[in-house]
Amino acid sequence: MLIGIAFWVLAVIAVATGLAVFVVNSMARATYALAVSFIAVGGQILLLQQNYLGLITILMMVMEMAVMAVYMVMFMGMNPALMPMDMTHGKKTAIGASVGAFVVLAGGALLVPWPDRRGGPPDDLTHALGLEIMDGKMLVMAVVGAVMVATIVAGVVLAAGRTRYDRFGDDLRQRGSNGASLGGAQK
Amino acid sequence: MTDSAVVTVSALWAVIAGTLLCGFAVFAVTLDAGLSARAHGAGGGWFTLPSRLARLLRQRRRTTVAADTLLWRVGGIGMFIGAFLMVAVIPLGRWTLADLDVGVVWFNTIDVLVWALVWLTGWGANSTHSLVGGYRFLAHGLAYELPLMFALVAPAIAAGSLRVGAVASAQQDDVWFVVWMPVAFLIYLIGVMGFSVWGPFAAALATDIAGGAGAELSAVDRLVFHAGRYLFLAAGAAFSVPLFLGGGAGPWLPAWAWVLIKTLVVLAVLVWLRRKVPLLRPDRFMSIGWTILLPAIVVQDLVVSVVAVWKG
Repeated sequence: MLIGIAFWVLAVIAVATGLAVFVVNSMARATYALAVSFIAVGGQILLLQQNYLGLITILMMVMEMAVMAVYMVMFMGMNPALMPMDMTHGKKTAIGASVGAFVVLAGGALLVPWPDRRGGPPDDLTHALGLEIMDGKMLVMAVVGAVMVATIVAGVVLAAGRTRYDRFGDDLRQRGSNGASLGGAQK
Repeated sequence: MTDSAVVTVSALWAVIAGTLLCGFAVFAVTLDAGLSARAHGAGGGWFTLPSRLARLLRQRRRTTVAADTLLWRVGGIGMFIGAFLMVAVIPLGRWTLADLDVGVVWFNTIDVLVWALVWLTGWGANSTHSLVGGYRFLAHGLAYELPLMFALVAPAIAAGSLRVGAVASAQQDDVWFVVWMPVAFLIYLIGVMGFSVWGPFAAALATDIAGGAGAELSAVDRLVFHAGRYLFLAAGAAFSVPLFLGGGAGPWLPAWAWVLIKTLVVLAVLVWLRRKVPLLRPDRFMSIGWTILLPAIVVQDLVVSVVAVWKG
């Protein structure tokens, strides 16, 4: 009963805020409407008793939306909150694709004969989930994870060369860097 | 290791947990005010909390032109609520409100919510200084969050569980994790100051941008936002106890008393540090975070992993 109510409340929130992304005219509201939608989906995953996946979904999506706000300023070159804007483009394609995907998925969920449950959930779901996803390739995945992080860091280091926005100390006529632009660590 | 030595108590005890958290926050405010007064050569500071409270509750709410009130309020109220959600998974000696099997991830999720909340507070006012403050916080966040995540991982690896109770009981008859994971503990404390927008990480609220994200906050909005910061600081201090400081382990006194005492000590240190560490400029801290803290904590995690494998 309680789980049923929670499911429907979260479902309505997820869909409504998902729609709100295309209705609101402020970039910040659209971003955080999407975040709320994902939080509701994370809540649904928690209802499936996949605590780890549910929380990680919420964690990653909120962080992602916050980082998106950084990009908003980096690349927009203006304050989008002050200028109401249409958040959509390619409307017909987008609506067609999303309605199509919804019909296929919802139809699938309703029409597929669901199997009966066999066995019970294991004691440690997170552990079981890790084994299920990675199985014998645990070591490879662990190593690949570290390599991926190193790649990302290296990519950022290469991309973030010194730019004209760097600060060369208080004296703006100064030609070279006095180390301030490199941050505290390298000084 | 899924067994846990803690007992889950009825949800009604949440009132007590919330009251304790508020008590710690009051302690933090009062201690900070007392230290402030002493730094100015005055005494006292004990009356700061009630007077601030009365002033903010009576103050008339100011607003700005074209403020995004919804997002603005969400930011402030969220800051106030967040810390209460955090303490749900912190065991007080033998008792806990929610013995979540992924309690450490729960804590991490709530602290990531602060990214959104501070930025929304900065954004909602539709004011330049306020917005600059919001972005300053994100810049700090980008530098402290990853080291903080890896710091949270260390005790979980050593205990072989993400359950907070299990992490605490893994230290019962052993050395506390703080002894052989000092780097993780220090970076954890840095992270706590980070998500509480406290001390060296208060650049988002600094005076050089007229109060930053909090520049336009007034009355009850200001109250909940800043109360939220103190509550987060207290919750962060409390979470360090099961994670690094042996939970309720200690002689003579009962376990719950030790948890409270340790929390109080960590909280006092964090409050005291505010005057001892200068404000960290977000751009400078970015390189400290990525070139010093992150490699250091990865090495710490490696050491912990090797020890965990070696112990079996």
